[in-house]
Amino acid sequence: MSAAAVGLEDAEATPGRPAGPWLQLWRRLRRKRIAMIGLAVVLVIYLMGITAQWTAPYSYREQDLTRGLEGPSADHFLGTDRLGRDMLSRVMYSARTTVIITLTVIVTGGMVIGPTLGLLSGYRGGWVDGVIGRVGDIFIALPGLPMLILINASLAPRVIEATGWLEENSLLSGLVQNGVPSYLTVFGALSLFFWVGSMRIIRAQTLQIRERDFVLAAQAMGATTSHVIWRHLLPNVSFLLILGASTALGAVAGSELFLTWFGVGIQPPAPSFGAMIFEAGSVRTFQASPHLLLVPSFFVVSLLFAFALFGDALNDAVRAR
Amino acid sequence: MAGYIIRRLLWLPVVLFVVSFATFSIARFGPGDPVSVAAGQYRDPEVLERIRAERGLDGSIFEQYGRWLFGDLYPGGSGGGSIRGDFGESFIQRGFTVNELIRKRMLISAQLGFLALVVVFGTGIPLGLLTARFSGTWIDPFVISSLLFLTALPVLVIIPPMLWLFALKLDILPAGGWGGDGFAGIFDVWWIGGVIAVPIPDPHLYMPVFVLSIGGIAGVARLVRITALEVLTEDYVRTARAKGITEAAVALRHVLPNSLLPVVTVIGFALVGILEGAFFTETLLGIPGIGRFSIEAVQSRDYDVILAITVIIATAFLIANLVIEISYTFIDPRVRLGEAVNA
Repeated sequence: MSAAAVGLEDAEATPGRPAGPWLQLWRRLRRKRIAMIGLAVVLVIYLMGITAQWTAPYSYREQDLTRGLEGPSADHFLGTDRLGRDMLSRVMYSARTTVIITLTVIVTGGMVIGPTLGLLSGYRGGWVDGVIGRVGDIFIALPGLPMLILINASLAPRVIEATGWLEENSLLSGLVQNGVPSYLTVFGALSLFFWVGSMRIIRAQTLQIRERDFVLAAQAMGATTSHVIWRHLLPNVSFLLILGASTALGAVAGSELFLTWFGVGIQPPAPSFGAMIFEAGSVRTFQASPHLLLVPSFFVVSLLFAFALFGDALNDAVRAR
Repeated sequence: MAGYIIRRLLWLPVVLFVVSFATFSIARFGPGDPVSVAAGQYRDPEVLERIRAERGLDGSIFEQYGRWLFGDLYPGGSGGGSIRGDFGESFIQRGFTVNELIRKRMLISAQLGFLALVVVFGTGIPLGLLTARFSGTWIDPFVISSLLFLTALPVLVIIPPMLWLFALKLDILPAGGWGGDGFAGIFDVWWIGGVIAVPIPDPHLYMPVFVLSIGGIAGVARLVRITALEVLTEDYVRTARAKGITEAAVALRHVLPNSLLPVVTVIGFALVGILEGAFFTETLLGIPGIGRFSIEAVQSRDYDVILAITVIIATAFLIANLVIEISYTFIDPRVRLGEAVNA
């Protein structure tokens, strides 16, 4: 950005009330072109996933065996896969899977469990800190991927059973068919491993903030632990939460590929980027019909790259505070 | 400091106990067991039950765990038990002890991981210093963005095109596999005129090492860049420059040593990243290392192999973390271990 533009921004901010911290953060971010491009790409892919149900030209499981492995054409913009399913529609529904998984893991693991434990651990100290820290040690020491495969392989049949039971005994239907049990297992297992990182970051920050005068003042006035945590500590670590979430989103989206590739993630015919890449993954297939790998790869790499660029810029913006 | 190390070392067996018991229970909880996997089509329930009893798969989970942990010290158990480092016999590869199966593969993965670690820090640190030096020019954002792009490439996505290009189309690299045993696994000998032997890295290694290191390089380079940018504004750097020292000498003598601490802190993360990457890289490129073996073991429910690998990886990780923490105090004497942080 040119100096003139920066000057303009500052001039805009001066009159009236001083800008709040979130607005300031947003202004710093908006000046970084790379961050905005990254954010735009993420939003486009997420929007594509959210609206897939209404905008996809075909269903993700509509087959036409007479038109398998075709390249791009007028009625199939990105070609078809081995079973003659429309690649564009598969990509859009895969984006939906990514949206569901990333948001759920972040909300359960990254944004709730991790920070809550981190705040509690840092503020209370003593045995609470000890227990939470040591449990974190255990999860960090476990080799992630084999454990995820093991957990998924062990739990998936039981989750499917439970979901089937739920279907029979309630008005819900089509859950098993739509792959809901496999979503549940994948994010359940991922959440187990994604809380430790954010817990540690938030704890370290909390250790510093709890020594500040405003916390002492609140304590002196008889504030309870939960009041101090929610009203005084949480607002001071919220930037870190956003930062952690943006990093974790990319990591979770990437994990789906690997889990599905090893056969424990999203189960066919439910679409996901991992499933599409798995189907196209051998060298022979790549040689014969490269679009099978290139199409999903393009979207996955764009998404992960966009997350990385945005996260990097966000990191700079948060630290510059 | 000594007290802190002792406390951490005492904690180690507790973590390992919980880790092994958790893995043990999850593996046993799932449907299917190694006996039914190994039996395949042949399913005589009586025979399967007999084999289960022979291999200690009967009784409650606590009894089974007791036999696994204590071996012949526990009623009905056999062998030394895991507590004495004897991880038993593989369920799937009959007649082989878990220890010998793992040792061979561990050696291969260790060589690969070591090379990847060298590449990560060997390219990450210079790139970090370079981008810090040229901060404010186009070089800095260009290098950082390129590195971030490489990080965003999942292993699963780049290996098929790489194999296609280098092994099939250009035919300059082998399509996977592992060159030889032991040290010959890393080096290949190149004869000049049939007389002088020149060791060159085995061509089998180029693809896996590249794939394993791309993620880490970006992380290290960004970290070094941030620290170096801070160090570059220090007074002693300005003094050194004022005295007419070359830029290279400034980078080597002043910036590099002072940017080392944060780099050391990420060695552990880099190792974990390389280890996680090894699962796919070894599986996709057919390298008979520990990563591929653990995936195979998980898929065939080879209980004792899974447990042995989990315990060994967890131990290695905990010890590496401890060593790194202790090394902070040598690099930066201001760091005091085990004391409360009061900012």
